[in-house]
Amino acid sequence: MIEARQLTKRYGDKTAVDGVDFTVRPGAVTGFLGPNGAGKSTTMRMIIGLDAPTSGTVTVNGRRYAQHSAPLHEVGALLEARSIHPGRSAFDHLMVLAHTHGISRARVTEVIELTGLQSVARKRAGAFSLGMGQRLGIAAALLGDPQTIMLDEPVNGLDPEGVLWIRNLLTGLAAEGRTVFVSSHLMSEMALVADHLIVVGRGRVLADTTVPELVRQAGGDTVVVAAADPARLRQVLAGPGVAITGQPGSEQLTVTGLPARAIGLKAAEHGLALFELTAKSVSLEEAFMDLTKEAVEYHAVSTPGRAA
Amino acid sequence: MSVLADTRPAETAPVRSTTDLKVTGRRVLRSEWAKLWSLRSSWITLGLGLLFLLAFGTIAAFRYKSMLNSGQPMDPDFAGSTTYSLALFGVPFALIALGVLGVLTASGEYTTGMIRSTLAAVPRRLPVLWSKAAVYGVLAFVTAAAGALIGFLISNGVLSGTAITMSLSDGGVLRGLLGVGVYLGLVGVIGVALGALLRSTAGGISALVGTFMLVPLLTSLLPSSWRTDISPYLPSNAGESIYSLQHAAGSLSAGAGLLVLLGWTALALGGAAYRLKRSDA
Repeated sequence: MIEARQLTKRYGDKTAVDGVDFTVRPGAVTGFLGPNGAGKSTTMRMIIGLDAPTSGTVTVNGRRYAQHSAPLHEVGALLEARSIHPGRSAFDHLMVLAHTHGISRARVTEVIELTGLQSVARKRAGAFSLGMGQRLGIAAALLGDPQTIMLDEPVNGLDPEGVLWIRNLLTGLAAEGRTVFVSSHLMSEMALVADHLIVVGRGRVLADTTVPELVRQAGGDTVVVAAADPARLRQVLAGPGVAITGQPGSEQLTVTGLPARAIGLKAAEHGLALFELTAKSVSLEEAFMDLTKEAVEYHAVSTPGRAA
Repeated sequence: MSVLADTRPAETAPVRSTTDLKVTGRRVLRSEWAKLWSLRSSWITLGLGLLFLLAFGTIAAFRYKSMLNSGQPMDPDFAGSTTYSLALFGVPFALIALGVLGVLTASGEYTTGMIRSTLAAVPRRLPVLWSKAAVYGVLAFVTAAAGALIGFLISNGVLSGTAITMSLSDGGVLRGLLGVGVYLGLVGVIGVALGALLRSTAGGISALVGTFMLVPLLTSLLPSSWRTDISPYLPSNAGESIYSLQHAAGSLSAGAGLLVLLGWTALALGGAAYRLKRSDA
């Protein structure tokens, strides 16, 4: 359980995280989603006390991270930036961390096997590929058998096999009842693993929601229908949970809350002529872009003539 | 692939008793000890420190012996030498090697990003600095004291039968050799503190070399009355007083030199602790 209350971080006059409130609950994968520079990494660094908040608080299982007597048993974190000494072997790196908590050598061997690092455990970590480096970071995160696992952009730069491995790992951990908090700037990736979503942009929480809810809010699953008598059609379709919009004088209506099939059947039932019936599904990516378009830090200027 | 099948955390191993998990001072010490020995650069630099002490002391002893046997007038640099002073010819070189390794143990954490793992494991932070300083200080002490002692025995062996040999039982010799260990041990601690304070290897080494090699030279720019007041209290001169057998007029006694160097060490550690606690990692 991670709880952030009015969490704020300023660097000089730049506000990286701006009064953020959220709760990450156990037993689910919570996606932390936002464009680059939205404050995701800074928030995660504040959770484990690497950065001190300018104001506000963030607690892990009811206490500040530093106040726990066995911090690695509370939160296991994989940060975006590499956090290893390249001259040390994977085994020694894990052993060094294990010593601080009195974690046994057997557990170190166990997380090495769990992350599939057996064959390279004695090699210098500096020579690891990106994927191996991520696995080592995850081994370190799992070392203390933590209740909460927090991963910053874990699939960045991984090959499909590595991505799949992380996906299964995350859902497996959540199924064991752990709190899993994972950041990404890729909506499509989050949609596959996250039960819950916290969307941030420019240091603020834009949405604290679920995947289907986010799509719905973004106007997902709408149906465009054109009829000879739109006013009559409105009356026919009206009902709880159904929203209908349309321009006055236009034959076209936009309906949410009813599938195209139901609209067609209802129209036929009342003998109404339809000219058009089109289901428009908003993709998750579009929903996300729509939500964060105001909050993207760096906009590309499209070159005239090349923009399609 | 077997890796793919292995996606779920294995059922908790019986070997690990979760209830014992706790960060303690002892465990952080153990971790810092393991950090030091798991890097090849530590072995190399400690070895170099030891080699400098032994090799330069031995070379100085042989040089003295050849001059003695040649019957020519003694080089003024070597006049008044004893096997003790010849054996310690390599101290400034060992100081650089051991001081630099001290800087590296702390600055290396920042330049590699290891500090994030370290502070995630020990978020109270200060135990990391104290443990690093203690582990490395003791190691530098042992290396330097052993090097000085063995170097002394070698130069005594080389020059046995000459008038300048001294014995371990001579007044102050054994204490002085240990003093070399204490001096370089504290230099190691100051190195750790400078590395943690500046968070940069280049900056830390420059500050270390500046403090122990360049600042003493700069005092010659001061008016002579000031120089005699300030000079003995510089870290380098205070440190040398800890092990020198003849105390020139105006220099500190061994005990006073030790106190002054301890003061400098505390100052550097205090600065490092302040930065570690107060700034983001």
